[in-house]
Amino acid sequence: MTLPRRTHPRPLDIAHGRVDLTHGGGGRAMAQLVEELFIAAFDNEALNQRNDQAAFDVPAGRMVMTTDGYVISPLFFPGGDIGSLAVHGTVNDVAMAGAVPMSLSAGFIIEEGFPLADLQRIVASMAQASRQAGVPVVTGDTKVVEKGKGDGIFITTAGIGMVPPGVAISGDRARPGDAILISGTMGDHGIAVMSQRESLGFETAILSDSAALHTMVAAMVAVVPGIHVLRDPTRGGLAATLNEIASQSGVGMLIEEALVPVRPEVRGACELLGLDPLYVANEGKLICICAEADAEALLAVMRAHPLGGDAARIGGCRDDSHHFVQMRTQMGGMRVVDWLAGEQLPRIC
Amino acid sequence: MKYIDEFRDGAVAHSIATAIAAEVDPARAYHIMEFCGGHTHAISRYGLEDLLPANIRMIHGPGCPVCVLPVGRIDAAIWLARQDGVTLCTYGDMLRVPGSRRLSLLKAKAEGCDIRMVYSTLDALKLAQSLPQRQVVFFAIGFETTTPPTAVAIKQAQALNLGNFSVFCNHVLTPSAITQILDSPEVRELGTVKLDAFIGPAHVSTIIGSRPYEYFAEEYQRPVVIAGFEPLDVMQAVRMLVRQINQGRFEVENEFSRAVTRDGNEKAKALVAEMFELRRAFEWRGLGLVPYSALRLKAPYAAWDAERRWDVPQDSPPDNKACECGAILRGVKKPIDCKLFGTVCTPENPMGSCMVSAEGACAAHWTYGRFRDVEKSE
Repeated sequence: MTLPRRTHPRPLDIAHGRVDLTHGGGGRAMAQLVEELFIAAFDNEALNQRNDQAAFDVPAGRMVMTTDGYVISPLFFPGGDIGSLAVHGTVNDVAMAGAVPMSLSAGFIIEEGFPLADLQRIVASMAQASRQAGVPVVTGDTKVVEKGKGDGIFITTAGIGMVPPGVAISGDRARPGDAILISGTMGDHGIAVMSQRESLGFETAILSDSAALHTMVAAMVAVVPGIHVLRDPTRGGLAATLNEIASQSGVGMLIEEALVPVRPEVRGACELLGLDPLYVANEGKLICICAEADAEALLAVMRAHPLGGDAARIGGCRDDSHHFVQMRTQMGGMRVVDWLAGEQLPRIC
Repeated sequence: MKYIDEFRDGAVAHSIATAIAAEVDPARAYHIMEFCGGHTHAISRYGLEDLLPANIRMIHGPGCPVCVLPVGRIDAAIWLARQDGVTLCTYGDMLRVPGSRRLSLLKAKAEGCDIRMVYSTLDALKLAQSLPQRQVVFFAIGFETTTPPTAVAIKQAQALNLGNFSVFCNHVLTPSAITQILDSPEVRELGTVKLDAFIGPAHVSTIIGSRPYEYFAEEYQRPVVIAGFEPLDVMQAVRMLVRQINQGRFEVENEFSRAVTRDGNEKAKALVAEMFELRRAFEWRGLGLVPYSALRLKAPYAAWDAERRWDVPQDSPPDNKACECGAILRGVKKPIDCKLFGTVCTPENPMGSCMVSAEGACAAHWTYGRFRDVEKSE
């Protein structure tokens, strides 16, 4: 009798197959899915050990850890998909501490009946994003829920990273007199997703800005280790993020509408949809708050990076017991830039 | 976008502001009501108050369709959503408007009612086609601007022979509301509300034209300038009104001539006239029962009228006692005069309708302008 060489005599039918409940059942079907789809794509030393946990050595120092769930709809959008987003989003959350991201975990919750071809496309995009960022997915988990109990696929990623010595970036460190910088145009991701979801068919395709920002952060930290605050303006956009920082740090802010870069096509789409670009999500932009004296040097570093060409100084922090974020409008009047009330765009990331 | 940028040019705004400052008579005050929520929003969103002299007071009018719908109609919509087999379609803003007992469509949705947010009447129509086993009811609200799309949807439903589509009609009329304000005791007899002039509606006027305002400009001797919703439109309209007031004129002028004619959109008006009739009276939040101020479907279209298909309750429960939306909608009070404003009533947790829509006077002031109250009190 000749034993089969492989545990799974027939490979997954990725072109036509669908995820069924056995793929999350802990049996041979699950092992095959993990082997042929996930391990094949992510392929790295820690994952290849095929343990329930990844083991690796870490340097001494200060570590950061973060986790994020991705429920975006639609799964594929102009400029990215849920897979690349799940890498970029978590890498960025690590990087916003000034840290160097080291590794990621990935949890997949898949709805019964989800096409294997879509799953492979998502995993391939995730693997590519992870390789490009140089941050491996070292451990993972797969669960399958019955049809109707999920919406295609949800992904959770966690990330860890090491903070370089002397760096202490935190949302509570903004001080009156600090400068507020942003790394580029606002609202691209939200509008890209929204236009896809509503089949708006704009003449010019608006691409999501989904990208990993850790190399830009590394360059910034190398020049100015004393950056006060970094944060990526994702859900709720620039407005929500500035308000978070203002209340965390106990300062007021004043920004100039005319200095906030917004692509004309994004501005146009916002007009059409009744949205304010200040509240629309970004996935490849950061806000940097620093001492006035460091602003020019940081802007130069940001602009020299491929993801920071449109970096701009948009305003500054000031004393204000009400922690108002205010804006001088392009008309010359003043207004509050408030927290987002309610939900502007559900399931944007 | 070039088109829009031209109407948001800061340098032009500055020059209009300078001209207004030069033209106002420092010895008098100017009370200008912008009827529409669209104007209220533009004024707050762009901080236009900062560009106007201190003796020009902008009074926010009732022209926000979400704000003027009374509690009873919200309750009725919730009642409809709770009927067996009904899918209720609504514009997003209506979801959060509080009805009786602090209920809202959003809470009814969380309880399990099938309530869908749509962007247009056509979305609702498509939904009816895709859900043949459900009764799809469109919660139609709005002034003259949104009535024609409702009419078109019903025409299409008729053509498609869609028996499972109907409209809960709450379309209201602008001129009757303005007349009601001018006839109110606060304006007419007591003089507690000074109203010198009106900025007339933008989008509404594209449909009804400028002619309907001629009557009350003449009758009530108040100048009207119809203006677009862009910040420069508002600035220019204020300048035109200041000039009329100074010269003792009371005419209807049209700043929004790029979109509004004297007679409006004849085709849309004819369609509405064919399909809708006046209600004898309709309750408005803040204004009470206003005669001949709303529309309902005519008998030949009764099959698409949700109020005829179901025995929809016609109750009119009172507003929250402490809520000043009514007085605010009439221009009698400012948002800051309401005890609930910013304390228990915020956009996250609205008690009254003016705090719900971005075009509501309270939401606009809270979201964009509340720093002014702090500056004043300090």
